[in-house]
Amino acid sequence: MRRIKLLQYEGFTSFLSSLMAIVAGLLVGLIILLISNAEDAFPAFITILKGGFLDGTRGMAQVIYFAIPIIMTGLSVGFAFKTGLFNIGASGQFTLGAFVAIYIGIKWSFVPEQIHWLVALLGAMAAGAVWGSGPGILKAFFNVNEVITSIMMNYIGMYLVNMSIVKTVYDSLKNQTKPVLKSAILPKAGMDKLFNTGNVSIGIFIVIIAVIVIYIILQKTTFGYELKACGSNKEASKYAGINEKRSIILSMVIAGALSGLGGGLLYLSGSGKYIHVLDVLAPEGFSGISVALLGMSHPIGILLSGLFIAHLEVGGFNIQLYNFVPEVIDMIIAVIIYCGAFALLFKQIISRFIKKGTSEDIEEPQQAAKIPVAAESQVVNSETEENDTEQREDN
Amino acid sequence: MSTVYFLAQQTMYFAIPLLIVALGGMFSERSGIVNIALEGIMVVGAFFGIGFINIFQNTMSGQTLLLLAVLVAAAAGALFSLFHAFAAINLKANQTISGTALNMFAPAFAVYTARMIQGVQQVQFMDTFYIRSVPILGDIPVLGQMFFRNAYITTYIGFAIFLISWFIINNTRFGLRLRACGEHPQAADSVGINVYNIRYAGVIISGILAGIGGLTFVIPTSTNFNATVDGYGFLALAVLIFGQWRTQKILVAAFFFGIMKTFASAYSGIPFLKVLPISNEVYKMIPYIATLVVLTFSSKKSQAPRAEGIPYDKGSR
Repeated sequence: MRRIKLLQYEGFTSFLSSLMAIVAGLLVGLIILLISNAEDAFPAFITILKGGFLDGTRGMAQVIYFAIPIIMTGLSVGFAFKTGLFNIGASGQFTLGAFVAIYIGIKWSFVPEQIHWLVALLGAMAAGAVWGSGPGILKAFFNVNEVITSIMMNYIGMYLVNMSIVKTVYDSLKNQTKPVLKSAILPKAGMDKLFNTGNVSIGIFIVIIAVIVIYIILQKTTFGYELKACGSNKEASKYAGINEKRSIILSMVIAGALSGLGGGLLYLSGSGKYIHVLDVLAPEGFSGISVALLGMSHPIGILLSGLFIAHLEVGGFNIQLYNFVPEVIDMIIAVIIYCGAFALLFKQIISRFIKKGTSEDIEEPQQAAKIPVAAESQVVNSETEENDTEQREDN
Repeated sequence: MSTVYFLAQQTMYFAIPLLIVALGGMFSERSGIVNIALEGIMVVGAFFGIGFINIFQNTMSGQTLLLLAVLVAAAAGALFSLFHAFAAINLKANQTISGTALNMFAPAFAVYTARMIQGVQQVQFMDTFYIRSVPILGDIPVLGQMFFRNAYITTYIGFAIFLISWFIINNTRFGLRLRACGEHPQAADSVGINVYNIRYAGVIISGILAGIGGLTFVIPTSTNFNATVDGYGFLALAVLIFGQWRTQKILVAAFFFGIMKTFASAYSGIPFLKVLPISNEVYKMIPYIATLVVLTFSSKKSQAPRAEGIPYDKGSR
């Protein structure tokens, strides 16, 4: 009885289908390991599963360190998804944010020491927002597809940052940026003693605050409701009196600010990370797409999926002990995302399972018969719809 | 004049892969399936194509080897694209999601396989495919210099693909059906066209062409394959949108971008550009900025296939 009640809950079915996708991804990973080296496959696989838990508090700190930038870009991509835009430009926004944070961190020594890092982070957000606004403005006023403009802005941003680094904060010996001033590094607030390593700082709290803010904007404000309305039907929301041009631009600005903040948080973390002057797009932006998809574009889902992917990445780093190549992790994540696209199929399997469960249970057959239909019709946006109705009542 | 010849020859190296892959994307998108996985398919095609050359270069060489490698790349691309087709058509999945998954899988697979087999991720190959001058045609004044010297056979394959694609999409029954499935699949179904089969064909053709495009990109520009095609799949997507999903416009768009890219990479070989006090990075930015500007003024009327990205469900009318 109780089991059936739980399965009727819509959020739980989407959670179950995500879980099935993860299991499928891990199985493929295990098969790949078995094919390449059957002897060490199982110990290596267990190492992947243990991930950040292998090395005590330091491992966990490593997970958090990997997770911070990809949660931020994931939030950026997820926020844009919710408002009907595909922000493939998180990479460029991230790079711009990272550069401005480093620039302020090195050059703006006139800022009071206590707030230097904060100013640098705000600068990073502003830079990301500016870079995100480009595709937004072009989409709103000139009807240019945001996917293509974001791709172009990624490259322009990367070259612009490389050029600016060489002109301002360049360490020509190492072909990278100079280290930032001490006052610009994020405060540790005792986290380094707690985790027994220098890689952690208050960054993770800033990420959690960002997650909460985005959650509130999307679910609890009229502004967020308007953005989502524009995402699901531009014409209808225009008819309802929403300024759809403003909504498109603002959602890209917010998405850009989130990515920019991610860049600032990573490069001000004091972990000895520098921007190298290479013609390569920042991979964090593309990881953000995976994080957003796995987290179903829900802010809290993104927080969890970011931590999960970072956990696997740490595991992937550790399997090099067994002479395996860490890229197996990317393949596992790809399979998880691919299987996540099968949400519909998984939900059908789950609802079939519910049917079976209820046929044994004669007491409430009618109610159970309704569930599969509901589960099938609501594919991905089930949560959005629920919240939308709530919102309508509020208004 | 020699500068012009040099630029024309260089442009081919950049424009032809873009042209081939964007045409592939066109087949998929005009059948109604958004194919964001072009980048990943290119990587897979290039990996298997170059891998094939790497294995057989001791027994074969020259154009035979390259043509066989093109076939291998096409087959690999087609097989890989089936994953996208299956998710998008049979399972009615979100096409962005499955495309992103393929894009992520491909480079990881290439790095993993290469490193597991040979220890390093770069797959080396010997360039025995370079054509200094095409017999007879290379001696034609001006045109011969521009198009038939310092070339690769893949350039001509690219032009052949363009002509064939143009013919198929505009002048054959299959082309008409493909376009119908992208504009109004319900109407196509009502006159007895199997939408699923047509869409499968569209995606598989895009896989074949993207696979060939990946190999075509690596051969003239490098002597090893480093598990990446430098974002050319995404650029091809941009060329496709820039070209408004139409064959001739895609040709123009691909060459526009190719010429810009050539200026960016070869400006130091051009006398009058070399003396200007402009930083290297500015030249590299120019192709992307130029594309943005052109798009801004040409995108008011988008001619995207109407049913693009929407899974076809027989039940819904």
